Amino acid sequence: MALLSVVFAASFAMAQVGADKRRSGYQDMGQALQKMQDDDTANPGMLFVQLGQQLWAKPAGAANKSCADCHAVADMKSVAARYPAIARDGDKPIDLEGRIRLCRTANQQAEPLAPESRDLLSLAAFVAIQSRGLPIAPPDDPRLTPFREQGAAIYQRRQGQLNLSCAICHDDNAGKKLAGVTIPEAHPTGYPLYRLEWQALGSLKRRLRNCLIGIRAEAYPYDAVEYVALEIYLMDRARGMRFEAPGVRP
Amino acid sequence: MTNVLINAPKTARKGEVIELKALILHPMETGFRPGTNGRIIPRNIIERFTASWNGSEILRMDLSPAISANPFVSFFAVATESGKITFRWTGDEGFAVEESVAIDVA
Repeated sequence: MALLSVVFAASFAMAQVGADKRRSGYQDMGQALQKMQDDDTANPGMLFVQLGQQLWAKPAGAANKSCADCHAVADMKSVAARYPAIARDGDKPIDLEGRIRLCRTANQQAEPLAPESRDLLSLAAFVAIQSRGLPIAPPDDPRLTPFREQGAAIYQRRQGQLNLSCAICHDDNAGKKLAGVTIPEAHPTGYPLYRLEWQALGSLKRRLRNCLIGIRAEAYPYDAVEYVALEIYLMDRARGMRFEAPGVRP
Repeated sequence: MTNVLINAPKTARKGEVIELKALILHPMETGFRPGTNGRIIPRNIIERFTASWNGSEILRMDLSPAISANPFVSFFAVATESGKITFRWTGDEGFAVEESVAIDVA
């Protein structure tokens, strides 16, 4: 009987990471998918990271500059783990893809990268992987507070024909099943990630739109501040969790 | 832009069974899916994947539309001699990609 309790205690300790009871979507996946994410030669997201690495060095636009001309790759460490942020040349919050698009037009003077396009996501994946292993660390910028509160309000608000809020599934029922699939806690620990359902790399925005359509709500337009506000809230909620981009999800 | 990830050991003992893995970026469009305009998106798949060890073929695989995008192939081979393992993908729309890795067999 004593042996049994020792075994139980040991496995319980392994299930909790220290005192942090939060679970990344990674922990809700099967072993095969976890192995796929962990193996850099099997993780399909790495194909996009490779592409991003090539694009990073490629000059573009009227300025004929590449990302590498202004940024050392080492400078990108911790960037993805602390986005969204307030754009330096503005007062609106911006997510990582938005920041890359801004650099593209403002600094490279090149054609804008279309939202959710392969090139944009590849660059975002390349920047994101530089933060892999770091704790999620949103900035303590008071200008973000109203947007974080807006995100929190959206998260709690019932929406759509099914009249569900994010909180109902991801706070109240995380760990239970929906259509046979474990409901994750919805921490954006691995974005941009390769979703098997998409057979492609996708952004958090794409996933949020899927959720909105899933509850039969009208998805906000692509450039809506609501997505960034939600991301600010979700990143704050996931503060301290390990950033694992590029993730793999079912 | 071709985009391939290969997982192959750099060294092996003669006669050792090694595992080779290859992942390639490709949409593997089945030819059965309608696009947002209602029209069928034309088929665009990889038709054949081959692996050769110093020029002699060790694996040949015919792919079908049933294989999903960004196909991942993993197989075992017996290490014979040092040299080059070459992976080749060919398919629709003139798709042809070749990647090689060096291996040292003691």
